[in-house]
Amino acid sequence: MTFKPEHELHTRRKGRNIGVGLMLAGFVVLVLALTFTKVTNGDFELPKAEELTQ
Amino acid sequence: MADASYTTPAEEYDTQLGDYFALLKPRVMSLVVFTALVGLLAAPVPVHPVIAFSSILFVAIGAGASGALNMWWDADIDAVMRRTAKRPIPSGRVPAGEALSLGLALSGLSVMMLGLSANLLAAGLLAFTIFFYAVIYSMWLKRSTPQNIVIGGAAGAFPPVIGWVVATGSFSVEAWLMFALIFMWTPPHFWALALFMKSDYDDADVPMLTVTHGRRATRAHVLGYTLPLVLLAVGTGFTAIGGPLYLAAAVILNAMFLKGAFDIWRRDETQAEADAYRVEKKFFRLSLWYLFAHFGMILIEAMLRPFGMGGW
Repeated sequence: MTFKPEHELHTRRKGRNIGVGLMLAGFVVLVLALTFTKVTNGDFELPKAEELTQ
Repeated sequence: MADASYTTPAEEYDTQLGDYFALLKPRVMSLVVFTALVGLLAAPVPVHPVIAFSSILFVAIGAGASGALNMWWDADIDAVMRRTAKRPIPSGRVPAGEALSLGLALSGLSVMMLGLSANLLAAGLLAFTIFFYAVIYSMWLKRSTPQNIVIGGAAGAFPPVIGWVVATGSFSVEAWLMFALIFMWTPPHFWALALFMKSDYDDADVPMLTVTHGRRATRAHVLGYTLPLVLLAVGTGFTAIGGPLYLAAAVILNAMFLKGAFDIWRRDETQAEADAYRVEKKFFRLSLWYLFAHFGMILIEAMLRPFGMGGW
């Protein structure tokens, strides 16, 4: 099986696509870091078991 | 077959990432980042570094989004003005529809993410700022009144308030003092620019004060707005965000600014044309340093406070 040669459009837009990819990856890392920070700072504490049963 | 639809003529320009970035007005964004950061750090509540970084980033993205919406709306007059003719839309590097999509998408993203990273009040304030700049200023005031710069200046004045609200979750007098500093600074800054970018606003039919009331009146307005600005800027030195260092810097800067405004008021067009608007250009450059230095000193006072040195 042979791969098709890369279309000229992909070559031309390689820089742009890599840039968008990196930005999306950065956004994911940022959301992850925010989630860790919020959880460890106690911003999103789950209700205690006894509160749920009341 | 499908390949044929992707084929573009060799001469057709492919929009680059940098073109989209230029839509976000990076220079305005840097001022927004700086003033929002000062608002956040001057607040008396410490913020976790990750939350601080994310919040400032989302405020910057929101500012960029409003810049893209402004460029989309103003593309017709940007094409006419020498200063703005090379912007991405009038130069044909970015299609207008893409600028609108980018502006709307980033507006939604930045407001939503600021609400999640900081608080809903900060997010609401960011949403209002974007609306104020894109709709109230760009779509309504800019082309209808010579007071466009005065009222529109509020949009640029909100970032330190947003920074403060990110930290404290509420408004306070100090936050509004920072707002007032930028709000009062904007008119003399832009009118000085309008004085030496002589034909631009005429060509675009934007009712700048220079066009509607003449250059003599504009010179008087620069001085007229500088006087209360000086009182406000020096007076801020005696408040909770001020201190001896701020006050010392403010006294020097405001003396220079007042002298510059006075020099502009004293001159007429013949004198200005003779030296290619040297005084007006000098005042404009000074105005950039003026704002940067005032916020820089507020930041320094805040940074020194934990060591028992900043403030009064």
